[in-house]
Amino acid sequence: MTQTDAAAIPEQRAADARGPIMKVSKLTKHFPVRAGLLATKQNVRAVDGLEFEVGRGEALGLVGESGCGKTTTGRMLVRLLKPTAGEIVFDGKDITHLKGGSLRSLRQELQIIFQDPYSSLNPRHTVGAIVGMPLKVNKINPPGGVKKRVQELLELVGLNPEHYNRFPHEFSGGQRQRIGIARALALNPKMIIADEPVSALDVSIQAQVINLLRELQRELDLSFVFIAHDLSVVRHFCDRIAVMYLGKIVEVGDRVQIYEKPSHPYTKALLSAVPDVSKIGDKATGRIRLEGDVPTPINPPSGCRFRTRCWKATEKCATEEPPLVTTSTGATAACHYPETY
Amino acid sequence: MTGMIEPITDPGSIEPEVVVTETVDGKQQSVHGRSPGQMAWIRLKRDRTARVTGALILGILLAAYGVPLWTAIYGTDAYAHNPDLLDRSSVPLGFVGVSGSHWLGILQGNGEDVLMQLLTGMRTSLTISIICAILATAIGAIIGATAGFLGGWVDAVINWIIDVMLSLPFLIVALAAFPIMQEVFFGGPSERPLILSGLMVTGILLIFGWVGTARLTRGQVISLREREFIEAARASGAGNWHIIFKQILPNVWAPILVSFSMAVPGFVGFQAYLAFLNIGVGHPHPDLGRLVNFAVGKMQGLNGWFLLVISGGTIFLLVLTFNLFGDAVRDALNPKSNR
Repeated sequence: MTQTDAAAIPEQRAADARGPIMKVSKLTKHFPVRAGLLATKQNVRAVDGLEFEVGRGEALGLVGESGCGKTTTGRMLVRLLKPTAGEIVFDGKDITHLKGGSLRSLRQELQIIFQDPYSSLNPRHTVGAIVGMPLKVNKINPPGGVKKRVQELLELVGLNPEHYNRFPHEFSGGQRQRIGIARALALNPKMIIADEPVSALDVSIQAQVINLLRELQRELDLSFVFIAHDLSVVRHFCDRIAVMYLGKIVEVGDRVQIYEKPSHPYTKALLSAVPDVSKIGDKATGRIRLEGDVPTPINPPSGCRFRTRCWKATEKCATEEPPLVTTSTGATAACHYPETY
Repeated sequence: MTGMIEPITDPGSIEPEVVVTETVDGKQQSVHGRSPGQMAWIRLKRDRTARVTGALILGILLAAYGVPLWTAIYGTDAYAHNPDLLDRSSVPLGFVGVSGSHWLGILQGNGEDVLMQLLTGMRTSLTISIICAILATAIGAIIGATAGFLGGWVDAVINWIIDVMLSLPFLIVALAAFPIMQEVFFGGPSERPLILSGLMVTGILLIFGWVGTARLTRGQVISLREREFIEAARASGAGNWHIIFKQILPNVWAPILVSFSMAVPGFVGFQAYLAFLNIGVGHPHPDLGRLVNFAVGKMQGLNGWFLLVISGGTIFLLVLTFNLFGDAVRDALNPKSNR
């Protein structure tokens, strides 16, 4: 547990000799649905062929609008959902089809933080029972006992360890989220999937929780997949960002590449949609309004999935699916006509 | 990161303002929070209706189950005949037979003491109802939780059975089943031990009684199953056993308890209803419902009216008291009244 210099540049981290901590390829999740009486079986293609890597100690942001498959992806990464196809390699091991004991030992290294702090804590359990649950379930007896370890964890996430015997309803949203974080840390995981960990919190509390996560990341050398829809939060926390649209990744890049020089038109539109307080009253400056709705994931558009709403779309976009390739900015984007700067 | 359980400390590296803003009211001594169950208990103790009806229920239980004691003090039991206090057409002498040794009079026919009939009848009624409520709640909770947790075809089959049960007319089935059961077990409507006939009534009530609790528990378990704390337990490697008994069960006992406390008055009512229709413990065992039936048959005289008011009033009192107490329990356990 070394104090790594957290400000290290992403490239260096990814170049860790042990390779990336997580490598995802062709990850797919289809949910079967039945439409109508004479059911022809159809699939909701929630996640359709994701490819990405997470370096050691890196925080990868996963952004996109509602329904684009972010949460499904997160659930698959911790194996709460079974992928339809594809492969997840964690720390050099293929974890896609783990079962029984090996799945259990994986779960000690890979934990999840949930979105809703009001539903992620059992209302009938004390804080001590909630945070100590992973230890009990895995029959781990830390030196000094479970209680001591739980109190250390509570202190680590900035809660009073004396609150061991309190119940979740006695805490505020931010404190509850800290309890959830302490629970995720109980097993000393190497990686944490954070599924919109701050979107249910007040803005002022969001900053505290984000700062806490960042401190923990530095101190414990954690890797993160940070799922969010709030672009400014992601910018603050993540080294690299992957933008999703309709079950696919459209662009991956570092902070500068994504926020200052977005290559994919969707990334550009998404960024322009972020309200900017400093520009209130100005005439709409370069704001891109996307027409229409997100197409249904049951029957996604052919070729590029974004073409139905893209102002650059041509014949080619309907027939040929753009691969993820490196663009002029150095990011990776899936677009036939990426933005250039 | 080598050791799984290597202690991580040095909280000083956490930004101090985070600690300050999120620490509650600076209490440094060991603080014990109140569990939702403890808070419900406190609310129940504060509720005036609960206190009054709770005391009434204790009184009722004492009156019903103290029958041997009352018999010794009062000097007569519910079975003793008093032909000397009846006139030639078996009508009690005087005002419905009220006297110093028979405070509520005696019954027309054989002259049994009405007060002891009421107390013993209450015992019959309460015993059957409470046993039914316990068994129906337990059976319903187990079946409902199984359906809700397992889902899939198990849920579909159990739901189908519940739908069938709900579509059967309770009264007609009871009226049809009871004579058959009598025939099979006792060879006809002969006099039989109290316990056996009580069990028969319990059985009939149970056939239908578990359905409501099963539905309720199923719904609760389904909604809990999707909550994130269940996923959190799963993501930490918890098995089904832990999830059912440590995560889900502590969250469903409150609605199950409410369902139990509302089931008791329900069964008191149904039991009286069946006894009125002669589906009961049978003569000569005292039974509130049969007492009402007996009274209705004697409506031409004052005896009938008096008995009807007293026995009907007793049933009314039982149902009302248990219902009000059940309401108070529900209010106390209502999760919405949590802060």
